[in-house]
Amino acid sequence: MNESYRTYHPRWYRRRVPIFWWLRQLTYIKFISRELTSLGVGYGAVLLLAQIWAASAGETTYERFLGVLMSPPVVIVNLIVLTALLFHSFTWLHLAPKALVLYLGDRRLPESMVLFGHYLAWIVTSGLVVWFVVGGWA
Amino acid sequence: MSDTVELEVFRYRPEEQLEPSWDTFEVPLRKEWMILDALNHVKDQIDGSLSYRWACRMGVCGSCGMTVNGKPVLTCATYLSSQAKNGRVRVEPLRGFPVIRDLISDIQDFIAKLKKVKAWIVRDEEKPLSEGAYLQTPQQLAKYKQYSMCINCLLCYAACPIYPLEPEFIGPAAIALAQRYNMDSRDQGAEKRMGVLSQDEGIWSCTFVGECSVVCPKNVDPAGAIQRYKLEATSSWFKSLLMPWRGR
Repeated sequence: MNESYRTYHPRWYRRRVPIFWWLRQLTYIKFISRELTSLGVGYGAVLLLAQIWAASAGETTYERFLGVLMSPPVVIVNLIVLTALLFHSFTWLHLAPKALVLYLGDRRLPESMVLFGHYLAWIVTSGLVVWFVVGGWA
Repeated sequence: MSDTVELEVFRYRPEEQLEPSWDTFEVPLRKEWMILDALNHVKDQIDGSLSYRWACRMGVCGSCGMTVNGKPVLTCATYLSSQAKNGRVRVEPLRGFPVIRDLISDIQDFIAKLKKVKAWIVRDEEKPLSEGAYLQTPQQLAKYKQYSMCINCLLCYAACPIYPLEPEFIGPAAIALAQRYNMDSRDQGAEKRMGVLSQDEGIWSCTFVGECSVVCPKNVDPAGAIQRYKLEATSSWFKSLLMPWRGR
């Protein structure tokens, strides 16, 4: 008999979680990818702050900043980040109806309607930003 | 198609072995058999020492949950033929829980968490019997009915990658059941539950992998329940911040 075993205090077996548990199935890989794309969101925010700072520091600084943005390595990085941001946005929007349950009277609105509302809000907000950036307000 | 299948079963006999092992049994591949029928065949005909839980055999009691070919399933509701694609089926205990013996997991942690979230109707004051039952409209029932379908099979815990990493996490079923009572028009315990649910080890440990809802055999959608509660807890916190005199 195994010495550490006691009749009234059984020795349970606890399985360790492997460090690469997230490679076990596709949904876990998708989840980790979604989490990692948050780094892209952070990068995008820092880039925007840097652009605002460059714009406020004068024309020469801003021209130099735009030059850096247009260099091939930065363009490649930004394209990768854009892909990550789109993945993040789409997956986030598709998760939203799970959290937001809306009722019209006693009837629950279908998830597709909540999703549509989110897409609509996204498109309208993006349109406003584009309108502002191209100077439509001036 | 072969008329037999190799059933590879996780074995752990604490009085004999320090580490678990695998036993392979050849069982008939009958098209009407569930995984549980194959295990019962092993127990009755080949090795009576094989230990596992089961009771109703109709997907109601929630006791026969196991990991089959890497996925948490109810073994009474999963056809052997659907899992025997390569002539082998691998059966393990539910992941995330300590193993007591063979395919039996220890679920005390879940039971303790159910108590923690007060998964029952809480009343500040019971009305006298003479006033009759607490009536409910079909609309009031519909609000929580989905969550009340939980059979405590714990497949959701086994599918959750967070639970084994953070064992303090209250977990999908316990939170869904807490929500079931929060949404019940007869219940008055939502505030008492909030203290537990809105902690780090409550809803905020959930990173919304969503796999708990995928494996749920009763379509309870515990991931949805947790995300809904996140929204409720946040709005409740904002309200208490903006209007502290109103309380939560």
